[in-house]
Amino acid sequence: MTDKSKSGAAPMLDRRDERVTHAAGIGDTIRAFLDRVRSGDLGMLPVIVGLVIIWTVFSILNPVFLSPNNLVNLLFDSSTVGIISLGIVCMLMVGEIDLSVGSVSGVASAILGVLWVNQGVPAGLAILAAVLSGAAIGYVYAQLFNRFGMPSFVATLAGLLTFLGLQLYLLGTTGSINLPYGSPLVRFGQLMVMPSIVSIILAAVPGAVMLYTGHRTAARRRAAGLSSQSSGGIIARAAAVTIVAELVVAYLNQGRGVPWMFGLFVGLVLAMQYALTRTRWGRSMFAVGGNREAARRAGINVRAIYTSAFVLCSTLAAFGGVMAASRLASSSQQAGTGDVNLNAIAAAVIGGTSLFGGRGSAYSALLGIIVIQSISSGLTLLDLSSSLRYMITGGVLAIAVIVDSLARRSRASHGRA
Amino acid sequence: MTNTEQGARRVQDTPPAGDPVLSLRGISKHFGAVSALSDIDLDVRAGEVVALVGDNGAGKSTLVKILSGVHQPSSGTIRFQGETVTLDDPSAALSLGIATVFQDLALCENLDVVANIFLGKELNPLQMDEVSMETRSWTLLNELSARIPSVRVAVASLSGGQRQTVAIARSLLLNPKLILLDEPTAALGVAQTAEVLDLIERVRDRGLAVVMISHNMEDVRAVADRVVVLRLGRNNGEFTPDASNEELVSAITGASNNSVSRRAGRRQAQAASPHPEAGL
Repeated sequence: MTDKSKSGAAPMLDRRDERVTHAAGIGDTIRAFLDRVRSGDLGMLPVIVGLVIIWTVFSILNPVFLSPNNLVNLLFDSSTVGIISLGIVCMLMVGEIDLSVGSVSGVASAILGVLWVNQGVPAGLAILAAVLSGAAIGYVYAQLFNRFGMPSFVATLAGLLTFLGLQLYLLGTTGSINLPYGSPLVRFGQLMVMPSIVSIILAAVPGAVMLYTGHRTAARRRAAGLSSQSSGGIIARAAAVTIVAELVVAYLNQGRGVPWMFGLFVGLVLAMQYALTRTRWGRSMFAVGGNREAARRAGINVRAIYTSAFVLCSTLAAFGGVMAASRLASSSQQAGTGDVNLNAIAAAVIGGTSLFGGRGSAYSALLGIIVIQSISSGLTLLDLSSSLRYMITGGVLAIAVIVDSLARRSRASHGRA
Repeated sequence: MTNTEQGARRVQDTPPAGDPVLSLRGISKHFGAVSALSDIDLDVRAGEVVALVGDNGAGKSTLVKILSGVHQPSSGTIRFQGETVTLDDPSAALSLGIATVFQDLALCENLDVVANIFLGKELNPLQMDEVSMETRSWTLLNELSARIPSVRVAVASLSGGQRQTVAIARSLLLNPKLILLDEPTAALGVAQTAEVLDLIERVRDRGLAVVMISHNMEDVRAVADRVVVLRLGRNNGEFTPDASNEELVSAITGASNNSVSRRAGRRQAQAASPHPEAGL
């Protein structure tokens, strides 16, 4: 093999092919990024651009939109549907869909209300029961899909109606159960924010973790003779993340502060992202979504992977339902109906998780739901009715799917997955 | 390995000694009314390359899929290392030590090269060891003299030959006892074909059993110790690699009077009388 390195030392294991250009400095990194975008590997770009546009427009139309307290409310609202959307990310990852997450969240909130308020079961047990019923529903879907080959959208469409019926049945004639104000659960959903010092410390954690793992990985790669990220690059990225997080937190602390519920949501997102990218289970999810038969031939238990996706999705939907009940301080017939379903799915797609399977990240639930809730909050501030809100959200979802499809086509023609 | 060594080994090993690693008896497979395979017998010993040849539709790929656990046989027994086994799914075959390079390669295009090579057998499942996996991938690929630009690109961006190399590298990862190669050289260039043939010999010399499907008689002659012919889903003879082309072709097509021999006959006749008009 020809050795083209100028220093005369053996080139690193992954830098021996002289046909490949590798980004060396910041200029190269930016150029490589632009190349990637041009070939259709958009990643988080569309959602960030969308967010900037939406926030600019709404803050011009109504300056209250960007006020700290409105953003705090926005984060409270984002958390409930965002948790549901996180489950949708799992389903989309394996190339399937769950259309019943709204109904499942409604059933969970009804179970919570009936057990806790009507039957006097301790709140913790009631929450557990609600979440476990979600898991059971997901398991049933998985059996329908694996054993009977029922397409997921049909199975979950049937579930949408079934569980809406169950929700109405559980709530009975009263139609709505108020959860006790002042209970920890309701305070968690409506009031509880982090003390500013806690939020400042937590905001510094991601950067610190990036710094630590980045250096450790770079050292291991150097030891193994592989190319590694420069210390400067690692520090720059960690610093950027820390600065952005601290600025956001400082701004929110000018208002009520960072909701604990949002902290919980972000924690779930980070855990899911780790599971998807750093564990064998996550790798199998990508593989099944990318090429089911290839995954099977590689010895992956494809059915178990599908089951895990269905169960996780319904469990998160149920948990999101519990959070929504605590946010609204009630279990009502309206819980989980209306646009909850569509918002959860739209958030995942807008955030960049592909409808075609095998591409995406947990972050898309976080970014996507902030986009959706921004639209909703902005239109509410403008005193526009929900009719218009539905139409605009529908339009945004359509645009997101078009971007996804076009990017997919462009990737195919540029030889990227 | 030099040619003389190879020739010497061949002479001394024919017929190959030892118990078969893999032994098939009466394997049949029906797809509805179609019998893709009927009563197939096959023995493969350690340190031996068996070429499986046959025309399109002879059942070669079906046989490979049965051995890799993708399809289940309708009847017959499979003995692997002296024990009767059932291969219910691909993971059963993999855990026994049967690795397969499929004709369609069965790669996940959305994943990168490292992820594909280690798919289903990632190191450290709860916190994947990407560094070790990447180093091992480079080692495997370098053994194959692969020209892969980067192991961190999605397989979708690789050429057909590069994908084939990735698929072969993946089959070697677990140190299998039997390797099934379905058309391993079909998408490869001249140099890479030679590398793969070298590799097959190296694998054989390490004492592994190799079953290779190929349409390329030159490749078959180059590495095979035995040539097993399938025709319309049945055994149709077993040859040594020095069998004449006519013998092989007639076994593959099922007649001595076939389009290939007629064509060869015409050319011979032309060669014998180069100037037919001169006799007039």
